[in-house]
Amino acid sequence: MKISKQIGKSVNRLEGHLKVTGAAKYAGEYDVPGLLQGYIVNSTITKGKILEIDESAAHALSGVVAIFSHNNRTKLPWFDIMYADMDAPPGTPFKPFYNDQILYNGQPIALVVAETFETARYAATLIKVTYDEEPFETELAAHLDDARDPKKGIATFIKPLPPSANGDFEKAYNDADVQYAGEFIHGTEHHNPLELFTTTTVYEGDGKLTVYDKTQGTSNCQIYIANVFGLHYKDVRILSPFVGGAFGSGLRPQYQLFLCVMASLELKRNVRVTMDRAQMFTFGHRPQTIQKTRFGATADGTVTAINHTAIAETSQHEDYTEVVVNWANMLYPAKNTLLDYKLVPLDVFSPMDMRAPGGSTGLHAIEATMDALSYILKVDPMELRLLNYAERDVSANKPFSSKELKQCYLQGAEKFGWANRKSEPRTTRRGNRLVGTGMSSGIWDVIALPAKAKASINKKGKLKVKSAVTDIGTGTLTVMTQIAADSLGIHIDDVTFEYGDSNMPLSPIQGGSYTTGVVGSAVKAACESLKKKIFKKAKKMNNSTFNSVALEDVVFEDGSMHLKQDKSNFVTFKEIIADNDGKKIKASKNNIPNVLKLKQYTRAAHSAAFVEVEVDEQLGIVNVTRAVTAVAAGKIINPKTARSQILGGMIWGISKALREETLMDHNLGKYMNTDLGEYHIPVHADIHELDVIFVDEKDDIINELGSKGVGEIGLASMAPAIANAIYHATGKRVNKFPIHFDQLL
Amino acid sequence: MNNFTYQKVSNPNDALNKISKNNAANFIAGGTNLIDLWKYNLAHPKTLVDINGLNDYKAIKEDDHGGLFLGALATNSDTAYHKLVEERYPLLSKAILAGASAQIRNSASNGGNLLQRTRCYYFYDASSPCNKRNPGSGCPAKNGLNRIHAILGTSEDCIAVFPSDMCIALAALEAVVHVKSPDGEREIEFSNFHRLPGDTPELDNNLKENELITGISLPSEGFAENYSYLKLRDRNSYAFALVSVATGMVLENNKITKIRIALGGIAHKPWRVVAAEEFLVDKSPTEENFASAANMILKGAKGFGKNDFKIELSKRAIVRNCIMALDPESQRPGAQPSL
Ligand SMILES: Cc1cc2nc3c(=O)[nH]c(=O)nc-3n(C[C@H](O)[C@H](O)[C@H](O)COP(=O)(O)OP(=O)(O)OC[C@H]3O[C@@H](n4cnc5c(N)ncnc54)[C@H](O)[C@@H]3O)c2cc1C
Ligand code: SF4
Repeated sequence: MKISKQIGKSVNRLEGHLKVTGAAKYAGEYDVPGLLQGYIVNSTITKGKILEIDESAAHALSGVVAIFSHNNRTKLPWFDIMYADMDAPPGTPFKPFYNDQILYNGQPIALVVAETFETARYAATLIKVTYDEEPFETELAAHLDDARDPKKGIATFIKPLPPSANGDFEKAYNDADVQYAGEFIHGTEHHNPLELFTTTTVYEGDGKLTVYDKTQGTSNCQIYIANVFGLHYKDVRILSPFVGGAFGSGLRPQYQLFLCVMASLELKRNVRVTMDRAQMFTFGHRPQTIQKTRFGATADGTVTAINHTAIAETSQHEDYTEVVVNWANMLYPAKNTLLDYKLVPLDVFSPMDMRAPGGSTGLHAIEATMDALSYILKVDPMELRLLNYAERDVSANKPFSSKELKQCYLQGAEKFGWANRKSEPRTTRRGNRLVGTGMSSGIWDVIALPAKAKASINKKGKLKVKSAVTDIGTGTLTVMTQIAADSLGIHIDDVTFEYGDSNMPLSPIQGGSYTTGVVGSAVKAACESLKKKIFKKAKKMNNSTFNSVALEDVVFEDGSMHLKQDKSNFVTFKEIIADNDGKKIKASKNNIPNVLKLKQYTRAAHSAAFVEVEVDEQLGIVNVTRAVTAVAAGKIINPKTARSQILGGMIWGISKALREETLMDHNLGKYMNTDLGEYHIPVHADIHELDVIFVDEKDDIINELGSKGVGEIGLASMAPAIANAIYHATGKRVNKFPIHFDQLL
Repeated sequence: MNNFTYQKVSNPNDALNKISKNNAANFIAGGTNLIDLWKYNLAHPKTLVDINGLNDYKAIKEDDHGGLFLGALATNSDTAYHKLVEERYPLLSKAILAGASAQIRNSASNGGNLLQRTRCYYFYDASSPCNKRNPGSGCPAKNGLNRIHAILGTSEDCIAVFPSDMCIALAALEAVVHVKSPDGEREIEFSNFHRLPGDTPELDNNLKENELITGISLPSEGFAENYSYLKLRDRNSYAFALVSVATGMVLENNKITKIRIALGGIAHKPWRVVAAEEFLVDKSPTEENFASAANMILKGAKGFGKNDFKIELSKRAIVRNCIMALDPESQRPGAQPSL
């Protein structure tokens, strides 16, 4: 029987039916006997000290089982390192209930545990807290003078600080024929996945816990909980089979996990703690960032000077960083560069990676600056990018492992009809509306990390592959299953991929668009070592026709192993295992990237977005009527799930450019629009025609699959393209996101 | 748990009795606002009197004066899609459908819509000061996040806006609110129903604590020929108005014989300026005339920083909406200018 290849096929999500029928169980849906419910009390001041927590009225309520705070918490370790998770930035991790200090508004300060959620929530309203308030600072714009260099730490490996200056920027900028300087202002955003952060802890006795948690990293949470509560790793099992979106918010263990586990250990009971929507605004967020650019070019359009600086907020306790300013010189090979990235610590919670962290911020400044230059130069915006196309990454002086950005420009432009564009702004109208088009480049790093997977095949010829990785809704389950099926050459229905369980082989946290590449490569590697074992067994079979054959001479295909030269010389997997007394054949592989090889290349996915907007200039209304994003991300394992990722990124781009923002009252130090009624993300009526193109790209360097990941690249180019289209429509360049009525009137 | 009593009533007197005897009692209709306020720890009812069984007040029917009576317990959806409303008062239909989401409109009642509370962020956050919620505690909005706040009729104590869409159309239609209390029944003209904040920002309207809204009557003139509702907001659906305008107009020989213009999203009550409407009578429906009226309507408008843009935006919205009212075809779904 011929079995078709799965990689490259639009396989429907394998868990799709479970999700749409409600059968998929999320962390807050595991019902266990005697489950207690926790509700968190948050600080209502921004900085200071807790003087007293009066719990008497809450305790008096029937159904209240316990109230925890810094006054009666479990004994906790002293050393910061014990609280550091895989994604912890340099500094001191936040330690819930550690002492009476208030570091930010919304800090968890007490946990009410009760027989029902309603009782816990009501009891929480009866707790009276008195504070000693101290002055605080939350506004980035007011503290730009305090900006300083970020501290270095492990995080800086994945998120490198800016490369040092090249050439003589000031001279080159001053000498340039044309110049553009801009200031770009981005506010705070919160991830707001639909699923609220929830933990259900099952107390198994003997210091053992089974924990259902909403997270992007089961292993990460396992290590964190074991370290903080002094448990054996193997006694802490974290499960996260389904995740209702996360976008980075689940990269670090959130405080509900800590509180839930603490309550469970103290009470020796099963406990669940769920955040409410407002509490979803009391931990990580995309940081406020203020950027400045100064680009200079020659009259013929060669960009000669690039200055890009960013000042971002962080908390007082950790130096969260993202890569904001490193991209311009990767995209455009100017010889004179000055890149700078600084932080201002404020009285807020630590920021956190949020979809395309840094990239979506920095590219707005870079691509709007390029756009502005193109109008000054009277060169088509795409032409200017092509004129400055980097065949090599001059910022690191390395070749790209592969780069088909040019094809993204050309194919995207073709599909969009870019050629028909009138170059002057304010030249096209439809009724009351001005019409404009804009474009932008996008770039996102390809990260390589170690990951582990196990594979086994049984007597029925069924393959099982395992890894602790989560599926945050991106299609990981489906894609891993496809990779495994092809590696062994068996039918996709004969493959099960098991995941979302810290008992399984270690996997890094799921983020940075690297899961398909990193865990996919581990899956492939585990299958490769399984093949070796199968091959060995086959050789040992009675009358084996493979005795004098090397592994390179055989092909695994159609559920069997055959000679490359002679298809009729084959043995099925079932036969091999039958000969193995029906015992499973197993293999496990810790896939470690070849860092020495990788280091020689700049590895990145690219995109180009083309956008049409209509602007009702009198009323300020903007609509993105049409958009095309062309993506070069290496091998696309599953075009359907990949397209969904890009569409999601494009919609997020619309959100970032035109809709979403967390509003803080700096007099109170508090986020005020903390619900989905007032935190505006796009609705269906905001979304019109969206198109996605995947450009062919072959990459033999990045990983075994040649796959770059598509989680963030769709967002990176979209928001700047919208801002550029608004300029083309109106002649107004608005550099503050989101762009609202106010700015366009 | 937060214990409370729940009583379902099927006749109005029963409902009134239960309310007047208990000062921590609340009527509940669709619950789309009350339950939220309760969850946010802003409302603390000890007794809920469920009035959804008052079938007499669910009807939508023609009255004896050529108008239409909208029961207080008819849902926003039933009202918007009612044949007589669509035919005779399309302005109302349009305004209701510009509000909230389909799910919310299916639950929300007409009476409840009149009584929905402001969406001021500080009001909804129990730990922030707010004169409306906690008189005397202050108004952080004045120096804070006031992009969504009022520019007209504000006071030292409060600058909140009344967020309804439906009520803006009702104001333009000059509806009358019917209420009942143990002391009898009375009618309140729409323009007298909601209040300005003054020094009692805790009061949104003139309904007394022991009164039940039974319905809303619409006069015979429904502006079915020339009407328009324009809602400007931060996304294309499911967001409250930053500025909204309801216009109803009667034209004869290309002259305005009657016009009503009401604004939402900019004051503590639906905003009408009778003098501006009178100014337009016997005038041609031109952009220029509408602009003059808009200036009259916005007279005395004052911003608080982040909402300054609403002054100019309101003027433009009035002009645009009056122009759109000339061509009701522009009101077909999808035909509005990029809304
Ligand atoms: C997310 C969201 C978005 C929204 N967006 C919009 C929008 O864009 N535009 C808009 O106009 N509205 C909007 N709304 C508000 C919605 O229209 C109101 O919540 C709804 O109309 C209230 O009606 P209800 O029957 O549910 O009132 P309830 O919540 O049941 O009651 C509200 C108040 O009225 C009292 N009450 C109810 N009926 C009577 C009566 N007959 N007599 C006396 N007192 C009574 C109750 O005691 C209570 O105090 C939105 C609401 C939500 C939750
Ligand atoms: S505007 Fe009114 S509702 Fe808002 S904070 Fe001020 S007093 Fe409260």
